[in-house]
Amino acid sequence: MPAFILLTVLTAIRVLGRNRLRAGLTMLGIVIGVGAVIAMVSIGEGAKAAVAQRVASMGTNVIIVLPGSTTVGGVHGGQGGAVTLTISDGMDLKKRVPLLRDTGWAKRDVMQIINGNKNWNGPVNGISPSYLTIRDWSFASGGPFTQQDVDTAARVALVGQTVVENLFDAGEEPVGAVIRIKNVPFRVIGVLAPKGQSAQGSDQDDIIFIPFSTAERKVFGTQFLGSVGALFASTERVEDLVPASDQIRETLRLRHRLQPQQEDDFTIRTQVDIGKVQEGTSETLTVMLFAIASVSLLVGGIGIMNILLVSVTERTREIGVRMAVGAKRRHILMQFLIEAMTLSLVGGCIGILFGVLGARLATVIAGWPTIISGNTVAAAFAFSVAVGLFFGLYPADKASRLNPIDALRYE
Amino acid sequence: MPPLIRCEDIWKIYRLGDVEVHALRGLDLSIEQGEFVAIIGSSGSGKSTLMNILGCLDQPTRGRYWLNGIDVAALQNDQLADIRNQEIGFVFQSFNLIPRTSALENAQLPLFYRGMSLREQRALATTALGRVGLQGREQHYPAQLSGGQQQRVAIARALVTSPSLLLADEPTGNLDTESSREIMTILDRLNKEQDITIILVTHEADIAAYAEREVVIKDGRVLTDRNTKPGVSLSPTEA
Ligand SMILES: Nc1ncnc2c1ncn2[C@@H]1O[C@H](COP(=O)(O)OP(=O)(O)OP(=O)(O)O)[C@@H](O)[C@H]1O
Ligand SMILES: [Mg+2]
Repeated sequence: MPAFILLTVLTAIRVLGRNRLRAGLTMLGIVIGVGAVIAMVSIGEGAKAAVAQRVASMGTNVIIVLPGSTTVGGVHGGQGGAVTLTISDGMDLKKRVPLLRDTGWAKRDVMQIINGNKNWNGPVNGISPSYLTIRDWSFASGGPFTQQDVDTAARVALVGQTVVENLFDAGEEPVGAVIRIKNVPFRVIGVLAPKGQSAQGSDQDDIIFIPFSTAERKVFGTQFLGSVGALFASTERVEDLVPASDQIRETLRLRHRLQPQQEDDFTIRTQVDIGKVQEGTSETLTVMLFAIASVSLLVGGIGIMNILLVSVTERTREIGVRMAVGAKRRHILMQFLIEAMTLSLVGGCIGILFGVLGARLATVIAGWPTIISGNTVAAAFAFSVAVGLFFGLYPADKASRLNPIDALRYE
Repeated sequence: MPPLIRCEDIWKIYRLGDVEVHALRGLDLSIEQGEFVAIIGSSGSGKSTLMNILGCLDQPTRGRYWLNGIDVAALQNDQLADIRNQEIGFVFQSFNLIPRTSALENAQLPLFYRGMSLREQRALATTALGRVGLQGREQHYPAQLSGGQQQRVAIARALVTSPSLLLADEPTGNLDTESSREIMTILDRLNKEQDITIILVTHEADIAAYAEREVVIKDGRVLTDRNTKPGVSLSPTEA
């Protein structure tokens, strides 16, 4: 049997080699289909990985609670207007939801920041110290402020890379410098390590952190003391995100005295939800490209079937001769299946080549991140074999069912 | 020992729409191992139909056929393929070589379906080509060979498996006198030296003259059956 398969493969290659143009045109559909699959999966995977990386930059297992309810489309409305979340909500959550590792809060406003003769409009965030741990911020130089700084409403600030670039000269040391936020002097005690773009695509390094108490009392001029822009929490494990979110919801509803028929006056988002929204966009693209690839593969498969049917007809006498000297049904079946698979496999390999090339071009020319995984290539390979097998089956079966004497007499 | 071939009341009826063509009508025939039989008869008398049945390429509509004592009608398609592969060599009027495939590979073809190693296939096919005088032509394509040479490749293909029965349906029908003579010399030698049973269909008297027994078929039945070389014949035959 191995000798039979080897020789059949060689024969198939020779038969196809004789009609190079025909074989080439037949393979075109498979080439395009497989090429499209490879390119699209590489681009999709690349985009997914980039999104995952951005989502990861949010912190680890983060839950965000925003004031205001969610409208129908999942769009968060009423932020800023509602004053529904407070520091005591945050502190109470820490006590009542044991799944939470940490809770923190923040409030932000865009303000003018001045250093000497330079000024910059950046988002100033008043935060609880735990916020930095929850969002995984680390330091390029200096360090975080302490609970004592919060208690005394100290005028200390942490600055992000973008702010540093815009407020300080190259080589100037920000730590220890005094900057003015809304004309209040603050001492810079830490420079944050860069994070890059957020999951939504904004610059996370354009940021300034000051203690929450300082922000409330000396900068923002808040009407309701204790109201926060958002609560942040984190859990030990990813699996805890959903149960913890449920418990947060219950606790907050209770605290806010909401009746069962009343809607939440806050919105809970987890890191996983945010990742999903982002992946959703790339998935739409993936589905579209997948449709294109499927159609190409289908057309390619039908092309193979068509050419094989022609081949079976052209070689009816040959089939008769083979049967006359002892070929069984399965031998003829195998012969044409192997021919079909050779076609689709060669087409698939060329397609893989083009796909990898296309993905590379997308990276080089358009700057899209792409990932070509061994799994993708293996799947494309398997797919082309399957297409050959599937679309070769009918012609091969037809050939194998020929009656030897009818096949021999065929003109 | 049973005869190599025994046919009893063989009928072959083709249906073409409403019309029934009776190609064979109750034919009886018996052939012993080692015989050299010529089958003659006018066009349309059923010679090819009979050969196809004897060669297990086709089944009779009615009647029994024993090959080597085996009732062929009872066999499945795969078993028939095995018999064609192991017991029978077929030589056709139109050669029926696979185009654009070397003489060697054409001669190898039956061995290919035996799952034999490539080396063995090559060795046996090369020997078979040598026996029909085609050494050195192994790599030629059919299109690069003369008609007589092509028919010799076909004979090499038929005898590469050392069959007990060689069926030749007008093997010289497409050949000139000289090539015909060469082919007949080869067949005659195979019969004499290797004891291969040969059944030959022909329209030409001088070709039929190589055989030891002449069966005349008319309207799908045996008309006459006689020993043409009584001194040489191995066995007496029935009419
Ligand atoms: N496949 C077929 N379908 C219908 N009729 C057939 C078929 N094959 C043969 N016949 C008929 O059967 C009869 C015998 O045909 P066969 O080919 O056996 O004749 P033959 O003796 O070999 O003739 P020739 O000497 O011309 O080759 C003829 O009348 C022919 O028309
Ligand atoms: Mg005939």
